[in-house]
Amino acid sequence: MASQGPREDEIGPGWTIGTLFGLAVLAVAWAPFWGMEHISFSALWGNVDDSNTSYILWNLRIPRVLMSFLAGAALATSGMVFQAMFRNPLATPFTLGVSSGASLGAVLCYHCGWSFALLGVSGVSVCAFIGAVFSIVLVYALTSASRQGSSTATMLLAGVAISFFFSSLILFLQYMSDPTKSFQMLRWVMGGLQNIVGFSDVLNVFAFVTSGCLIVWYLLLDLNLLSTGEDFAFSRGVNVNQVKVLLFFSVSLMVGAVVAICGPIGFVGLMAPHICRLLIGADHRRLYPATLLFGGAMLVVCDTISRTLLAPTELPVGILTALVGGPFFLGLLLARRRDLGTV
Amino acid sequence: MRNLNTNVVLEARKFSCRIAGKSILRDISLQIRRGEYISIVGPNGAGKTTLLRAFDRMLIGEISGELDICGMPWEEWKQSDLAKLAALVPQADSRVIPFTVEQFLLMCRYPYMNPFASLHPNDRKVVREAMVGTGTSAFAKRRMDTLSSGERQKVYIASALAQGAHIWLMDEPTTFLDYHHQADILSLIALANKEFDVTVVAVTHDLNHAVLESDRIIALREGELVFYGTPDLIMKPDVLKRVYGASLLLVDHPKAGLPMIVPRMTPEQDKELAKWRAKAREKMK
Repeated sequence: MASQGPREDEIGPGWTIGTLFGLAVLAVAWAPFWGMEHISFSALWGNVDDSNTSYILWNLRIPRVLMSFLAGAALATSGMVFQAMFRNPLATPFTLGVSSGASLGAVLCYHCGWSFALLGVSGVSVCAFIGAVFSIVLVYALTSASRQGSSTATMLLAGVAISFFFSSLILFLQYMSDPTKSFQMLRWVMGGLQNIVGFSDVLNVFAFVTSGCLIVWYLLLDLNLLSTGEDFAFSRGVNVNQVKVLLFFSVSLMVGAVVAICGPIGFVGLMAPHICRLLIGADHRRLYPATLLFGGAMLVVCDTISRTLLAPTELPVGILTALVGGPFFLGLLLARRRDLGTV
Repeated sequence: MRNLNTNVVLEARKFSCRIAGKSILRDISLQIRRGEYISIVGPNGAGKTTLLRAFDRMLIGEISGELDICGMPWEEWKQSDLAKLAALVPQADSRVIPFTVEQFLLMCRYPYMNPFASLHPNDRKVVREAMVGTGTSAFAKRRMDTLSSGERQKVYIASALAQGAHIWLMDEPTTFLDYHHQADILSLIALANKEFDVTVVAVTHDLNHAVLESDRIIALREGELVFYGTPDLIMKPDVLKRVYGASLLLVDHPKAGLPMIVPRMTPEQDKELAKWRAKAREKMK
């Protein structure tokens, strides 16, 4: 199996990242004008109060596209970090119970019929965020409490167990609710960006996502070494425990904020990093910008398709990310013949 | 950092380690001087690897006693400063490393790198020298997981060089390797030890290697230090019995003039075993 050197060195990673950047900019610039009703560029300068199209563009389309880019970038980044940190190709914050925690919070809110808003954020989102934080803290506390074996395996198992536990609670609450509420819950759990109106949610999520992404950016060299093994990283000078705690909490909070607003959109976090690894290699200094751009662009494109395909109805975007991403990823995998087991 | 020029690079005083109530290391007191080649031997489960990892501060469980690394208590080291002095060289295991040899070695310059700066030309130079020194330049562009165990072990040694560490903590550097690679790796380590004053601490199961290569040998049994001294003193039937709990056969090395171990029981034990077998056979009938 003597591989003839990595392709990334021949093509040049700069080109791949440049291309991804171009595609991301194109997607974000194009998507707001595309939809059930095509909007011309002139609407950008229209008066929001007078013109319907300008209103749609500035209050619905643009915030939604920005949010989907932020969400996709954050989910993809989180997957990349967790896969490297846990040396496990299936790890994402979702496997660690963040999404089921958020879903439980949201479902509980629907079930009890709470309706309130906090600082412009809807009650469901607030409850979802609390649920996400709760599950993060719970997984971490369980891992620290059991002082045996490898903490990485313990953390993954604790996360999966909590995930299943919360999922059954969600099913229980759904079963006990009336059909209207039950459908609301089901729709929330499918994830989607249909509730974005105006820029307040976007700005809230932006704060979480930038701080999370900056921390990841600062720790790319540490991530590289962590992906070769914790003992190795430690001996090469990485403060392993500190780095792991920092990454775990910052990335989980970032994803918690995204999920609170958009619901659990699956697949982007798991697959975007793998797709980018196949494209550009496992060095996080290249992989990170690629993953960020690819994840963001992927969700923008998928969301645009999801709101136009069955217009005027919307397809939940989570269905589409898996439908589009799955075959694309498998194709890439077969074309490159590279082992997926490599994180 | 103080006392960096101290002659003693590692010193343990009444150092103990308990994991989940089980005592792994008990009251270890020893000194390792700069430039020494030390082998750690002992039966399975004696605490060899735990001691080796302790020298790189990889401590788990309850710790008591003191451990100084280059004259400073282990608690006070900053991780990246320690990495410039000491490097753990793991076994050539089958862990998946998704990087090329060169990428991997450049990553090992971590303690000298700034998270936002690009690579310094000096980093590339040091890595190139490490590859030349270990004979790994030929597969610089190959992915780590396509290498054989022997090649991989050389890259791990190159990583200690690239890191600039002068204390090499090696976990069974020759296990799983064929004779050719064993000889290669051992001469590589010996060269670094003799020429560059690298302090080598190596866990090994091969007492014969240990006797031939080391300046001093640490023997552990059930977490206790049962022997620490020069090789000629360990190759005695009573000492070996204390370490391994069994009498072992000794023969003289044809060239080195040192006694060598043959992993075989003594003739007396063989006779007893034969008797026991005969009895067992009769019972079967």
